[in-house]
Amino acid sequence: MKRNNGERAKGRRYVAVFILSVIFWLLLTFDFTVPNLIVGAIASIITSLAFTRFFVKNVYKLLQPKRYFWFIVYLVVFIWECLKANLDVAYRVLHPAMPIRPGIVKVKTSLKSDLAKMLLANSITMTPGTITVDIIDDYLYIHWIYIKSEDPEVYTGIITGAFEKYIKRIIE
Amino acid sequence: MNNMISLILITIGIIFNLLGCIGIIRLPDTYNRLQAATKAVTLGCCSILLGVVFHFGLSDAGTKALVAIPLLFFGSTVAAHALIRGTYHFGIKLGGKSVKDDYKDVVK
Amino acid sequence: MNNWLNILLYVQIGLSVICLYRIIRGPSIPDRMVGVDIFGILVVGVCAIISIQTERSFILDIGIAWIILSFIGTLTLAKYLTGKKLNE
Repeated sequence: MKRNNGERAKGRRYVAVFILSVIFWLLLTFDFTVPNLIVGAIASIITSLAFTRFFVKNVYKLLQPKRYFWFIVYLVVFIWECLKANLDVAYRVLHPAMPIRPGIVKVKTSLKSDLAKMLLANSITMTPGTITVDIIDDYLYIHWIYIKSEDPEVYTGIITGAFEKYIKRIIE
Repeated sequence: MNNMISLILITIGIIFNLLGCIGIIRLPDTYNRLQAATKAVTLGCCSILLGVVFHFGLSDAGTKALVAIPLLFFGSTVAAHALIRGTYHFGIKLGGKSVKDDYKDVVK
Repeated sequence: MNNWLNILLYVQIGLSVICLYRIIRGPSIPDRMVGVDIFGILVVGVCAIISIQTERSFILDIGIAWIILSFIGTLTLAKYLTGKKLNE
């Protein structure tokens, strides 16, 4: 019984990957004639056979609307931080004395799944003055262009505070 | 109207690209160069592609540009992450002004 | 308007040439690789502007392919950097 359930869940993952790849194909080609659809279906079958093992484990999370709501909130926060990052880069690059004080700091995260950690690392890379160097277990190693404080709690709040709660609501 | 919006977005994007290129020339060591250049140039090119979306509207070219934005985004951030990790493992030291290095305990 | 777009195209191409300066002069190998990575992203911007000028959509296909190829290329270069150490 349990094995049967597992196989059904695996089948649903294949179907989800197939549907997503067909949507991606239609967005890329933007052509709804029958030959194009057949070619897209064949390419999507190959894609789903090859890459389903990298897909998220629980497919039903894709169907919950509140996750999309939090994703939109996250996107707004993220674009705002991104613009701030670029003004920060402009300030550091154009300032004659170049106020930089770089170093690598270690930050603990409470996120568990790999996808959430990847999203957090990408967000950190686009926020002002920080870029992720490595992820080992629960610790992120972050290169910071201007270290504002030496206290671990303070800089953990500055770096991950803006995103961690939204990512937790989106993925976990 | 749409043409004006797309021109303004493309101009903003090119200003960001210019800042990134100044950063790649001026900043003192590899880590800081990568840091400034990735952020500024990625956002600049995303802005240019958004300008293309506004110019073409909802047609095949518009959707292609819209698909290209997240691809460019994830591609460049993951590439920068891999590159900075490779730079550290290669043995390049942090620049002379650095104050802190937590990562060296892990590597050696 | 078309004139202004021309100027923007030339500025973008000039920026890629600035990246070539870092590729040629860069004191160490990772510096050159940063130059290659940023050059790859800038070329996508050139493709996008040309697609507006010529009103053709297939140039955006070239841009998308360029994004993916430059991503794979940078990952390969990073792998090379990780595998080889200076003190060996």
